Amino acid sequence: MKLKEISREELFRSSYGCAGCAAVLAVRLTLKVLGRNCVCVVPANCISTVSCYYPQTPFFVPMTVMAFAATGAALSGISAGFRRRGREDISVVGFSGDGGTADIGIQSLSGAIDGGYKFIYICYDNEAYMNTGIQRSGLTPYGATTTTTPAPCFETESKKDMLRIVAAHDIPYAATACTSYPLDFMQKVARANRVNGPTYIHVLAPCPTGWGFAPDRAIELGRMAVESGFWRLVELENGKLRTTHKPSRRRSVAEYFAAQTRFRQLSPEQIEEIQRNIDRRQAAGQAFSATG
Amino acid sequence: MSTRTPARKYITANEAVACAARLARVEVIAAYPITPQTTIVEKLASFIARGEMDADFIKVESEHSALTACMGARMAGVRAFTSTSSQGLEYMHEMLAYVSGGRYPLVLVNVCRSVALPWSIWGDQQDAIQQRDTGWIQIFTETGQEAMDMVLQAYRIAEDHRILLPVMICLDGFIQSHTEELVEIPDQESVDSFLPPYDPVVTLDVDNPHTISMGGFGKHYAAWRREQQAAAEKAGEVIVEVGDEFARVFGRHYGGLIEPYRCEGAEAVILLMGALTGTAREVVDEMRADGQAVGLIKVRAFRPFPVQSLRQALSLVKAAAVLDRDCSWGYGGALATDLKAALYSLPNPPAMLNFIGGLGGADVSPEQMKYMLDKALAAKKGAPSSMEFIDL
Ligand SMILES: Cc1ncc(C[n+]2csc(CCOP(=O)(O)OP(=O)(O)O)c2C)c(N)n1
Ligand code: SF4
Repeated sequence: MKLKEISREELFRSSYGCAGCAAVLAVRLTLKVLGRNCVCVVPANCISTVSCYYPQTPFFVPMTVMAFAATGAALSGISAGFRRRGREDISVVGFSGDGGTADIGIQSLSGAIDGGYKFIYICYDNEAYMNTGIQRSGLTPYGATTTTTPAPCFETESKKDMLRIVAAHDIPYAATACTSYPLDFMQKVARANRVNGPTYIHVLAPCPTGWGFAPDRAIELGRMAVESGFWRLVELENGKLRTTHKPSRRRSVAEYFAAQTRFRQLSPEQIEEIQRNIDRRQAAGQAFSATG
Repeated sequence: MSTRTPARKYITANEAVACAARLARVEVIAAYPITPQTTIVEKLASFIARGEMDADFIKVESEHSALTACMGARMAGVRAFTSTSSQGLEYMHEMLAYVSGGRYPLVLVNVCRSVALPWSIWGDQQDAIQQRDTGWIQIFTETGQEAMDMVLQAYRIAEDHRILLPVMICLDGFIQSHTEELVEIPDQESVDSFLPPYDPVVTLDVDNPHTISMGGFGKHYAAWRREQQAAAEKAGEVIVEVGDEFARVFGRHYGGLIEPYRCEGAEAVILLMGALTGTAREVVDEMRADGQAVGLIKVRAFRPFPVQSLRQALSLVKAAAVLDRDCSWGYGGALATDLKAALYSLPNPPAMLNFIGGLGGADVSPEQMKYMLDKALAAKKGAPSSMEFIDL
């Protein structure tokens, strides 16, 4: 995919998202790839909260809001319905947050992958329950403060590795991405869209409000996450894992942490420990995506 | 009436409703096993496996997902079916309200069973009653035949553009689900003439994109809810209408929202829902033969609650004995308490005797029913209402 091939049509516009919200960007970019022949499912999260209040909607393709835990099953049901109607050409896509994916919706996601219907499940990961006011989720990284892991404490569990979890289902296609690498992300959406089965894309979406950085820095923060090795851009197709982007420069985790407020309470020693963990995992080729 | 001869077979109510789903040309099924519903799911799976039914069976990991997937199929414009019991229905709770609020005309068969704790796989109606306020039309049936016929009618009622509400057909665990009886299975052509293909009002349509289920504030929210209430009330008329038309095509009529039995001149009436009605009928016959002025009202529709029919049927009765296989803890049996509300402002309402019984699969014998009616006969109009657990 080349820059000039990207559609100029905006199928998600004018939401109430915070200034600089990368989750909103993830939806916008996805719909640029899928175009008008797609339908969207959005459970309770920031995206549904900043969009779908009658009589306004930022979605220019059909969409429905969904119960928090139910994204996977809704995708299966809609996809089955379209199959019955001979409309398997329609892309069925879900936009679920990290909480909706890794916590309350993990059972439904697992069941849906197992069910085998064609859909694209996009987990946009802002690393906490942002919609309800920045509470920790199973994808909040070790060391971050949230309103339920408040300073002087911090999140003491590491981030669940969702890619490994979906990989364990023998999913035909899964990938990680980051909104700061739009071409890489969009290419993955396009690839997922070609698969006749369940697919999963986990896109890191920096959140100015929840992470504590200025709204004009969301792209920079995403780049720092990848350049520090905190997040990796990979793709898993038919069981084969491939890195899709190797950062040309390495930054330290300390630099990434310093650019936001949520890691402020970590001591230099604790940050060094996290750095060592990342280095060790990278050297061992361990963990598809997660760190911490 | 159809001139073709329908098949007659000894089958359970579970098999009968599975046949009904097939005859209704359901295209998507998503269900999860639980006793005593399981044989419905198994039957449907085997219909599909043997090529006797053309439908997608979505494999799901829970009832929450089963109902969600059915709602999804409806969003794509396809007729869907699910079925559950007890813990499964409880597990669906969140989605039950989603489906009704979203006005998705789904049909669900609930095979009524107790809910834990105390744990029991046996029958009562606590599961269905606990979902009373989720916005579903709830209809209780007495036999396998009625359960089958009501599934066919349920699609007509739910999909009627004046209604667009989901329908829960309830049948009693074991008494119906696992008991074989002679059931007349209508032929496909007659069913097709009675039940046209699903004609959805709104779908996820890429050529006409809409946000089809969304949020709303204040007045908008209230306006949708008022429409939902209006549709639920209207459903009372449509249930009767569809029942009458069903009788014209298939020759079987169940009496609409309630079925009064031998209520002419009755001083005391027993009211109940579901399969125990059969026993009550016999008790009423016996007591009538003894010259006692007793009758029976089988309540078929629990939501919408048949307020007018019940007020009419009970206006001259001295006392009502209400048998509930459920309880709204801290108040009383759900049928009894709703009935009391319905009779409020009747100039001279009957005395109300609430009997909670048949819990956790306990048998309610003819003697117990006679006891209830005897007590009702002895009660005086204007007496304070009573409540009694009869299983002990
Ligand atoms: C069953 C249920 N429990 C809790 C909630 C409240 N709730 C709504 S959104 C949300 C958090 C969403 O978090 P996430 O999925 O990470 O998305 P984000 O808000 O970060 O976009 C919660 C807890 C709910 N809607 N439903
Ligand atoms: S809280 Fe974060 S994810 Fe939610 S809308 Fe604001 S910036 Fe976006």
